[in-house]
Amino acid sequence: MTNLVLLPLLIPVIMGAVLIFFSKNEKAQKIISGITMIALLIGSITLFIAVAVNGTLVMELGDWQPPYGIPLVIDRLAAFMLLVSAIVATSTLFFAFKTISPIRSRYFFYPFFFFLLTGINGSFMTGDLFNLFVFFEVMLISSYILMAHGSTNFQLRETFKYFVINLFASMLFLAGVAYIYAATGTLNFAHLGVRVAELGQDNILNVIAVLFIVVFGIKGGLFPLYFWLPRAYTGPPTAIAALFGGLLTKVGLYAIIRMFTVVFNHDPDFTHTVLLVMAAFTMILGVLGAVASYNYKSILAYHCISQYGYIMMGFSIFSPIAIAGAIYFIAHHSIVKTALFQFAGVTEKITGTSDLKKMGGILSSHPWLAWLFFIAAMSLAGIPPLAGFFAKYPLVLGGLEEGNYIVVAVALFVGLLTLYSMIKIMKFVYWGKAKHDEERQKVSVRKLLYSVAPLVILTVVIGFGAEPVLQFTTEIADEILDPTIYITSVLGE
Amino acid sequence: MVGTYLLLSKSIIRVVMGLLLLSHGAHLLLLTMAGLKQGMPALVDRYDQAFTDPLPQALILTAIVISFGMTSFSLAIAYRTYKFHKTDNLDELRGSNDD
Repeated sequence: MTNLVLLPLLIPVIMGAVLIFFSKNEKAQKIISGITMIALLIGSITLFIAVAVNGTLVMELGDWQPPYGIPLVIDRLAAFMLLVSAIVATSTLFFAFKTISPIRSRYFFYPFFFFLLTGINGSFMTGDLFNLFVFFEVMLISSYILMAHGSTNFQLRETFKYFVINLFASMLFLAGVAYIYAATGTLNFAHLGVRVAELGQDNILNVIAVLFIVVFGIKGGLFPLYFWLPRAYTGPPTAIAALFGGLLTKVGLYAIIRMFTVVFNHDPDFTHTVLLVMAAFTMILGVLGAVASYNYKSILAYHCISQYGYIMMGFSIFSPIAIAGAIYFIAHHSIVKTALFQFAGVTEKITGTSDLKKMGGILSSHPWLAWLFFIAAMSLAGIPPLAGFFAKYPLVLGGLEEGNYIVVAVALFVGLLTLYSMIKIMKFVYWGKAKHDEERQKVSVRKLLYSVAPLVILTVVIGFGAEPVLQFTTEIADEILDPTIYITSVLGE
Repeated sequence: MVGTYLLLSKSIIRVVMGLLLLSHGAHLLLLTMAGLKQGMPALVDRYDQAFTDPLPQALILTAIVISFGMTSFSLAIAYRTYKFHKTDNLDELRGSNDD
């Protein structure tokens, strides 16, 4: 039973390696990766059900008892994240089948897609700080390669910047690992939680905590460390951008949530206030970037930033309902953002550009595309009854209950601006006179919509079925707010 | 110190070197923060003897391997960037708003 835990790691890493041998045969690659992805999706669903029924699954690799070995821990939060990542990745993969050109796919697109998933899933599952670092590196090296994939001038330039900033962050991460090992003598999350509680989270541990905020803030695109994000996400092909926007930065946020519930949970007045301030600035600056931008993809990339702000706000308010909202928000945002990036790709295929000012009138030539986009965009902006509303509602409610009025005001204002920039996309791209010629109007995008539509349906479903989903995320929130559950299930005391 | 200086310089290859030095600094930090001891092997199974904590050595080994891979990748991407942009000056790589 516990060996099931290994599935989300082993499936992508083995099949990614196998795919390297088929790099010259595009058809074989597509078939193999399609099957792999579905297997991974099924595996994640099974795990999710197993964890939801039985509670936390722990696997000690090599049978070394914690705190000495490296455990893989899947609690409800990790299982939830694994499920979301599998859903998003499946959709993106099928989108990539249609959009990644054969030349690109010959240069190891699919292998690195799966290595990226290995890194992401591994980071969700690991119960050890250094192991987290290793999985981060697995994820990052694949992301550098995917980001530079195709080597256009723009991509190379932005990848180099992304690379430098992330390598620097990894260096800080390593330094943080060194410091925390010196201070506590352990790297196991659960054991760290125990030791930090014994030592009391005072000055030195707070400094380490801030170091980790910086590290994960860089990876997770938080203010003031998000500046690499918009351009890096604008460069690569849409399938890759969709995966990055939907999943990659979530890992940084997940790491913050994990670290600051299990380990650094003793001084929330300090650490969570820092996070809250960062969240507020992230929200507002991200959305202002989106308002000012006229490039389809970079609007979406800036929105990513402001949405990360929301997630962080929910987490740093640190009350059960707000955290439940934040986790719901992660799911909502992964799904919707991936869908929106894919819409950008579809639109780009029709018009041949991602500049808003050069588009127009797609509503008349491709009505399905336009209406599906409308649903996803309204969901992002938080119009009931779509998922976005139920993601923001608990955040605002939690913020008001805890008396964080300023950040609530910021959140609502940002929601308004989100709506504005979504309407801007609507206005420029879908309404008005067609600016693309007749030939392009006939471009059929139906096949592309098959991979986007499930995501849009999903956002409607989790919007209408918000009650059970929110109940589940509330369970997650209760679980992560009580670190002893995590600690006892790993250390088994 | 040197790493930071190089990281802030304008030439791509210097930035790569700076990152290299910084990550080696982090590796050494990993080793020293755990406390340096002398004269004892890092072997746990000899129960009658004192032993050095083997964990930092395992960590630093992993970290060095990772940073080796990262360095080679960074050199590759620095070279490609240089080839495509015909410049290694980071000021010229800033990019304009219209691309």
